[in-house]
Amino acid sequence: MVSQTDLYTLAGALLFVIGLYGIITRPHLLHKILALNISSAGVFFVLVGIARRVPGPTPDPLPHAMVLTGIVVTVSSTAFALALAKRIYTDTGVAVLDASDIEAEERTGG
Amino acid sequence: MRAAALALCAGVGVLLGRAVLSMPETEAGVAPLIEANLAASGVKNPVTAVLLNFRGYDTLLEIAVLVLATIGVLSLSASKPGTWAPVAAQADPVLSALARFLAPVMVLVSGYLLWAGEHAPGGAFQAGSVIGAAGVLLALSGYARPAWVSRFALRAAISVGFIVFLGTAAGSMLAGGTLLEYPPELAKTLIIVVETWLTVSIAAILISLFIASASPAEQLRRRTESEW
Repeated sequence: MVSQTDLYTLAGALLFVIGLYGIITRPHLLHKILALNISSAGVFFVLVGIARRVPGPTPDPLPHAMVLTGIVVTVSSTAFALALAKRIYTDTGVAVLDASDIEAEERTGG
Repeated sequence: MRAAALALCAGVGVLLGRAVLSMPETEAGVAPLIEANLAASGVKNPVTAVLLNFRGYDTLLEIAVLVLATIGVLSLSASKPGTWAPVAAQADPVLSALARFLAPVMVLVSGYLLWAGEHAPGGAFQAGSVIGAAGVLLALSGYARPAWVSRFALRAAISVGFIVFLGTAAGSMLAGGTLLEYPPELAKTLIIVVETWLTVSIAAILISLFIASASPAEQLRRRTESEW
C-alpha cells in the first residue's frame, strides 16, 4: 500500500519528469524556463516528502533547509535565464529555438 | 524527437518512482544529530541552525550564486545597470495608494520574520523576499528609485551580505577553528549579524533582478499597442 508520504514524493517525481519533458520538447525559451521551474518544484516536493520520513511529529530540518536554499537558487537562475532570453529576443527578434535553423547551419558549415 | 523525449522522461520517471518506493518507511537520518547539537548552534529553530551554522557553507554559496546572477542580469540588461526606471507606464492611483500603505507594513513584517527566524519559521531569506516584494510593488506602482539611493549604494547593498558572511567565515578560521565554526557563546550574535546583512542584500538583489529584467515603461506601452 502506498502511504501518504510516498504519494506526495511520487507527485514530486512526476512533476520533475513533466518539467524535463517540457525542457526537451518546447522550442520557446520562455516555455523552457517555465518547464525548468516546474522541475524544480518537483525536486522540492521530493525533498519535503523525504523530510517526513523521520519518526516522530517534527520533520527532518535538513531537507527543509535544502528546499529553502533551492528556492533561492531557482529564483536567481530563473532571473538570469529570463535576462538571457530577453537579450536574445532584443538582439535577434526571436525567442524560439528552432531545430531546423541549427540543421540548416550545419549543412552550410557555418 | 518527441517520442524519444517521451521515452526518456518515462524511463526517468519509472526509475525515480522506484527509488521513492524503495526508501525505508521511517529513517532517522541526521535529525537526531541536529537535535543533539541544537543547543550549541546559538539558535532554537532547527532549520535556521542548519542554514546558518551546521551547513553554513550552503548558505554562503547560495548568496554567492544570488550575487553572481545579479551581476549577470545587470550586465545583460539593455538599460544602464543600477538605474531604476518606473516599470509601470502610468501610475494606477489605486495601486500606488495601496503600495504606499503596504510598503511600511511589509518592512515591519520583514523585521518580525528576521527576528522570528531564531526560534520559529522565518529568517533572512524570508525577510529579504518580503522587502523585495515591497520594492517590486513600488516599482509597479510607478515609483522610481529614490534619489538618496545612489547606484553605488545599490551595488553595496547587493554585495554586503556576501561580504559580511565571507568575513565571518574567514574570521572563524583565523580564530583557530574551521570555516564557519562559530564558538557557541558567540554563535547567536554572529548569526543575527550575518542574517541582518543577508536580509539587506537579498532585498536589494530581488529588487534589482526585477527592475533589470522588466521592460521600461515606455517600451512596454509601445509593445502593448503594436504586438499584443
